[in-house]
Amino acid sequence: MSKTAKEYLVKILIEPKPELLDPQGHAVEIAMHELGLATARETRVGKLVKYKTLALSETEARQKAIEIANQLLINPIIEVYAIEVDAL
Amino acid sequence: MRAAVIVLPGSNREQDTKYILRDLLNIETDLLWYKETNLSLYDLIVVPGGFAYGDYLRAGAIARFAPAVQVLGDYVVAKKGWVLGICNGFQILTEAGLLPGALARNEQKKFVCKRVKLRVENTETAFTQFFEPNEIVELPVAHAEGRYFDTPEAIAKLKRNQQILLTYVDENPNGSVGAIAGITNELRNVFGLMPHPEHNCETLLGSGAGLRFFQSLVHSREAVHG
Repeated sequence: MSKTAKEYLVKILIEPKPELLDPQGHAVEIAMHELGLATARETRVGKLVKYKTLALSETEARQKAIEIANQLLINPIIEVYAIEVDAL
Repeated sequence: MRAAVIVLPGSNREQDTKYILRDLLNIETDLLWYKETNLSLYDLIVVPGGFAYGDYLRAGAIARFAPAVQVLGDYVVAKKGWVLGICNGFQILTEAGLLPGALARNEQKKFVCKRVKLRVENTETAFTQFFEPNEIVELPVAHAEGRYFDTPEAIAKLKRNQQILLTYVDENPNGSVGAIAGITNELRNVFGLMPHPEHNCETLLGSGAGLRFFQSLVHSREAVHG
């Protein structure tokens, strides 16, 4: 019996490297403080790339996500990322 | 000498660059559509300023996969000629791996558009030989993602190899590590810089010092081919 591809929802969360000053995060944090969320700290603004894809397994969907993240979606010199994969 | 200025979807400084090369320096210059992959005619390829592919995802992230940019790697390794990346062109060349490092969002939280002072750190290259060592020149910058960044080890290597060609003086407009404004590769045939030399080539627009980067290349071409 051959395996059948299933659909997965992949989410790739991208944020600036911890050692890189994040001006967007800083600007947003100041606004949050001014609006009363005084204890907010270490605010980072990143990106979410999400897509639906067919794969034979969650492992395969994750592996393909790592490949496209490194090829296109992130720049490892300035960014870090995390991947979430959910079967649909 | 023959030059090409690559035109990507969203490039916007290609005409200015062509004007400098063709009208001021009498160099046969083609605007090269980004789908072209034949670079064999050219001694100089310029990746111009602009917002290629809207700078979506990251500046240069999608442009690096454009056919004309994909073939630059072979052109550089085979030492067919020189590659100059200005502003968005610099961002694209780093994303393509033709120059080390990355350009991050300006530390000062804003798009910076002004004239800045720069020091020419290395005049022993095809791009900078018409400058005096440590000469200070003024060029305009216009960018939101110009903060040069790399690991301390990589920055040390750039310094050791004298690959840093331009640094900001007095004021660092984007928070670049080491005030780096322009670098070359190890082979010294690729030069990327955030400032715009093409916008200070005539005294109407300043000192005209930007022209000397292009004149340096013409002289280098003559030295090689006579």
